[in-house]
Amino acid sequence: MNKSVNNVKPEKSLTQSFFILWDRVGILLVFLVVCLIFGILTPRFFHPLNIINVIRQVSIIGVIAVGMTFVILLGLIDLSVGSIVAFTGMIAAALQVKWGGGLFLSITIPLLVGTGIGFFNGYVSTKGNIHPFIVTLGTMSIFRGATLLVAQGRPISGMNPEFRYIGGGMVGAIPFPVILFIGSVIFAGWILKRTVFGRYTYSIGGNPEAALLSGIQVDSHKVKCFCILGFLGGLSGLILTSRLNSAEMLAGSGYELDVIGAVIIGGTSLFGGEGGVYGTLVGALLMGSVTNGLNLLGVQPYWQMIVRGSILIAALLMDRLKRRFLEQ
Amino acid sequence: MGAGCGRRVVVLTYSRQELFAHHGNSSLAYGTQNEMDGECLGKKKKGGTSLNSTDTETATQTPVLQVRNVSKRFGGVKALNNVSLEVHRGEIKGLVGDNGAGKSTLIKIIAGVYPPDGGEVLINGEPVHFSSPRDARKYGIETVYQNLALSENLDVPSNFFLGRELVVGGLLKPLKLMRLGEMQKRARQAIEDLHVKIPAITSQVRWMSGGQRQAVAVARSAFWKGQLLLLDEPTAALGVEESGEVMRLLKNLATEQKISMIVISHNLEHVWSLCDSIDVLRQGKKVASVRKDETTPEEVVGFITGAHAVAGSK
Repeated sequence: MNKSVNNVKPEKSLTQSFFILWDRVGILLVFLVVCLIFGILTPRFFHPLNIINVIRQVSIIGVIAVGMTFVILLGLIDLSVGSIVAFTGMIAAALQVKWGGGLFLSITIPLLVGTGIGFFNGYVSTKGNIHPFIVTLGTMSIFRGATLLVAQGRPISGMNPEFRYIGGGMVGAIPFPVILFIGSVIFAGWILKRTVFGRYTYSIGGNPEAALLSGIQVDSHKVKCFCILGFLGGLSGLILTSRLNSAEMLAGSGYELDVIGAVIIGGTSLFGGEGGVYGTLVGALLMGSVTNGLNLLGVQPYWQMIVRGSILIAALLMDRLKRRFLEQ
Repeated sequence: MGAGCGRRVVVLTYSRQELFAHHGNSSLAYGTQNEMDGECLGKKKKGGTSLNSTDTETATQTPVLQVRNVSKRFGGVKALNNVSLEVHRGEIKGLVGDNGAGKSTLIKIIAGVYPPDGGEVLINGEPVHFSSPRDARKYGIETVYQNLALSENLDVPSNFFLGRELVVGGLLKPLKLMRLGEMQKRARQAIEDLHVKIPAITSQVRWMSGGQRQAVAVARSAFWKGQLLLLDEPTAALGVEESGEVMRLLKNLATEQKISMIVISHNLEHVWSLCDSIDVLRQGKKVASVRKDETTPEEVVGFITGAHAVAGSK
């Protein structure tokens, strides 16, 4: 410690300090400002019922975004999350309504199926040495098709009352899915910070070659992270089907943008190795608040798509800038 | 003995001027020359004992590393052709050769990154077969790679323990919960013991200079009590002062902790100040193995370029 003074080390420049600070609190500030603006424009924004509504909606995206944080920390990507949500949600509905599975099966099987899809994504991209961007583009189509096959042209409705608790239940004043979301954030945050698994995730994202040379089983670790994402995708599918009391054929379409957006906006770098799951929490809340605020203001959904896409690109540019200055 | 060393001084002086004549940097040359002379004088005082001890060790002890007739091809390219090599305890061996001579390939075979196509590797006389760097580490082989193999986004303790983190034992063991405080404490101790100068130990490696990173990488290898240290261009990316720091660190490790080393370098000056013996690879074959005090830089350059006929190799 006494050695930290007598040194020739390059000093951090002002811009670098700015980006380090931005990493800590920047997005939280943006989130608060956005909330404030919506609050002024439409008083209903801060109504308790609306706040509960927002965080309930956010938790569906947020649960997947927690899993996506692991994958993006590795410097990888998964585009198939929307299809995972749709397929697992459809399986859960079909089990209850068509195939006569009980509550237990209609929860565990979709979760296993989600994990399995994640395993497939990870295994094929690592063993086949194909970028997961392409593999998951494929599985995105495969499992959308599989969803339609199971549905046979019409949504499946009418879930068990117990099953409906997953998406619609309340624990005191807090919706159950929110507890699932916050719980997965805290758990993932703990894994990333305190366990060897988390350390390897950062290490592989930061310098895959160094990780390999340090004896880390890089490929199998990647597969595990895809499995985590698949599992949480399945959980999200359960929440969505439960809340809507119906498995829709186009459920989850476009989720990949919101999910990746939440992670990137939350400060996790698309290049891997930097960021964390608490940023993702704020990122997901920001995306959800923007959608909700624009809804309350009566902005056309078409505009909302444009706004959300623009936010994503802005976040990516910010990430790029950050990298450039940090690597000087 | 005294006369022998005297001759060496003359040779070195000559060679140094030769080397720097190409660079046209005379002031630097004089500085280094004095340093070299002083070093040789120092060796002269202790030289007798150290040389003798090395000789007896050679006779009685099995080498730390023996590479026997190792070959490796990548597709149609024969990267290594029947290469043999020995490293003794506390010896620093320079491995030199032109680009593509097979130096890095050889290092990676010893480090367990590639398996050899033919031949064998012996550690302390025992044949070993590594399928990963992890295996090699179990035998005390530590590598400092050309690209440093540090994770820039992690701090010093994380890099020190990367791939072998300390975890909480007992019932919690399956969770692989890291002992962050303990790892930090031990890494700090190691950094201080080796007198490595770095900024706060908890800052990301990203914020360190090339020399500091290299020092961290070397300190990490020493920390894990390696018996054989493999260094691929340890000074290539460093400035003059930083190179000096890293070389001082390496020499200390060799003399005080008797760690053996193989150093790949293109910088003959560094090879000369660091190594006890030099092996030369040329187009995948070993063309020479010489003790530093029995050769000259010109001769070594001759081996590297192929100007000298194959000599000294057996």
